[in-house]
Amino acid sequence: MSKQSKAAQRQQKQQKDYQKLVARKRTKIPLFRNIVVAFLVGGFISVVGQALMFLFVHLGYPEEQAGDPTVATLILIASLLTGLGVWDVIGQFAGAGAGVPVTGFANSIVSSALEFKREGLVLGVGARMFQLAGPIIVYGAVTAFVVGVAHAVFR
Amino acid sequence: MPARRKSGRQTVTFSRPVAVVSAACCAGPLEGEGPLRGSFDIVYPDMLNGEKSWEVTERTMLKDAVLCALGKGNLSRDNIDYLLAGDLLNQCISASFAARDLSLPFLGLYGACSTMAESAGLGAMLIDGGFAQYNVAAVSSHYATSERQYRFPTEYGGQRPPYSQYTVTGAGALLLGHGPSFQGLLPRLTHFTAGQVIDLGQKDPFDMGSAMAPAAADTILRHFSDLSLPPDHYDLVLTGDLALVGHSIVEELLYEGNLVLKDRLQDCGLLVFDRTQQNVFAGGSGCGCSAVVLCGHIMELFKQAKLNRLLFVGTGALLSPTTFQQGESIPCVAHAIALELCDDRFVE
Amino acid sequence: MIFVNAFVVGGLICVLGQLLMDLTPLTPAHVLTLLVVSGGVLSGLGLYGPLVEWAGAGAKVPITSFGHQLVQGTLAELAKSGPIGVLGGIFDLTSSGITAAIVFGFFAALIFNPKG
Repeated sequence: MSKQSKAAQRQQKQQKDYQKLVARKRTKIPLFRNIVVAFLVGGFISVVGQALMFLFVHLGYPEEQAGDPTVATLILIASLLTGLGVWDVIGQFAGAGAGVPVTGFANSIVSSALEFKREGLVLGVGARMFQLAGPIIVYGAVTAFVVGVAHAVFR
Repeated sequence: MPARRKSGRQTVTFSRPVAVVSAACCAGPLEGEGPLRGSFDIVYPDMLNGEKSWEVTERTMLKDAVLCALGKGNLSRDNIDYLLAGDLLNQCISASFAARDLSLPFLGLYGACSTMAESAGLGAMLIDGGFAQYNVAAVSSHYATSERQYRFPTEYGGQRPPYSQYTVTGAGALLLGHGPSFQGLLPRLTHFTAGQVIDLGQKDPFDMGSAMAPAAADTILRHFSDLSLPPDHYDLVLTGDLALVGHSIVEELLYEGNLVLKDRLQDCGLLVFDRTQQNVFAGGSGCGCSAVVLCGHIMELFKQAKLNRLLFVGTGALLSPTTFQQGESIPCVAHAIALELCDDRFVE
Repeated sequence: MIFVNAFVVGGLICVLGQLLMDLTPLTPAHVLTLLVVSGGVLSGLGLYGPLVEWAGAGAKVPITSFGHQLVQGTLAELAKSGPIGVLGGIFDLTSSGITAAIVFGFFAALIFNPKG
């Protein structure tokens, strides 16, 4: 066994042992609490969305299209709360309950636009608005393309 | 030929301990409400303080700390040989721009959160080596500037884990010097141990404490062995910003290295905030964390002769957003300066 | 009643996201990307549509719905214009969501300042 690989093995063992120490000492994430809160908040936001959908149908939108103004309204609400400096508190409390609904998407865009305002409207707001939300659009579009191609080929 | 003032592998012994002529620190509102309120020279009412960006606020804090230290030490900028300063931002803009406004010969440094110890140690070396008479060592950090650079936009609704830390908004400056005017009991730097970069494979950017603890342990053990010191030599061994998790880990690592410090081991990240009342998770972090504790509270303890010997160990995590995105682990470094309340003297 | 279904499904999708964030080293961006892709794949398999029928907003509000709409837009255009539709229809159904986010984000940036 070469000297180099012995040293590498020793280093790996040292890192593994240290990782065990870290796992013992690190403050545990309150998983149960996080799951319950994510469920309740995510459910609540969905119920608000459902109520909005009924409202828009009542206002004359055909049922299949009521989703659009509903999503836009939720985006508006999340954008305002982000601008007012409240959403970061909601997000810390609710985790994925606030981040997985479209409100999280809106917050990531607005918070980036807001943050980089000081670097200017073009190079700050314009260029860095999609810093966090970009992957969602990129991979969503790529997935749609691949599914589309698959459908075209296999139908 | 081994260097004359070198002790052991990594430690330097000053031939004439370098006096801390004066010290000053500035802090943000959250720090100003914490357990160390009253020990800061200036507390800012909010994180922006009327400036056009948080970056400008941070460099103003650094400048204010330096000017305040000069005032307290009764020296003018013309007396200062070098400003050794650093911060957490890309290209160390807080230190550079503050140095521009202060018009001092400038030595910019980057040791992440260990820069307070690094700048003080190097500043003392320049003085003891006869290259300077008065140096200022200063650092700063700011919650918002480091959030927006290292992690997420400040209004982002992401959820931080309970072991994460809160970057201190603050700056500290030490005025160091030699000379006949500094007789009597003063805190003086007696030794400086430069750390090696240690990386035990930690990758979580929200858990700096775990990444830095091995570096802190390495430097502390090295310091004690270089100088053959007993465990009770220092009244206090104070790490920079290991916070709750890192502090617990370093205690165990030191124990494994046969160094039992018990109550003598404390951490600035745990002193600067009240974790039970303030929303800071595991505790404080950042250059400013160790700086505001050292340049305020600790210097006050020396003044009241409640502290005789201190080992101050700045701890820094040397990652960048790029290295994190490229899947790298987090290499860390810790530098130690030894301070003693003593009279002017020559060693050996 | 659809409100209960919406609450449960919306809540469960968020729980899935929370589990991924807490139990894996994946960042929020990774988790949301995974959810969007999953929504798209389920949509392509014809499974997300029935979920929307059953759970209403519970399936429309989470980010998975975005993947679903991207796929449905593509498939609709494919059916209408043939193979070239694979490029043309992707953003048809999500246009209002993306536009709302951009426009509201821009104006919010003009009006407000980050508080830190």
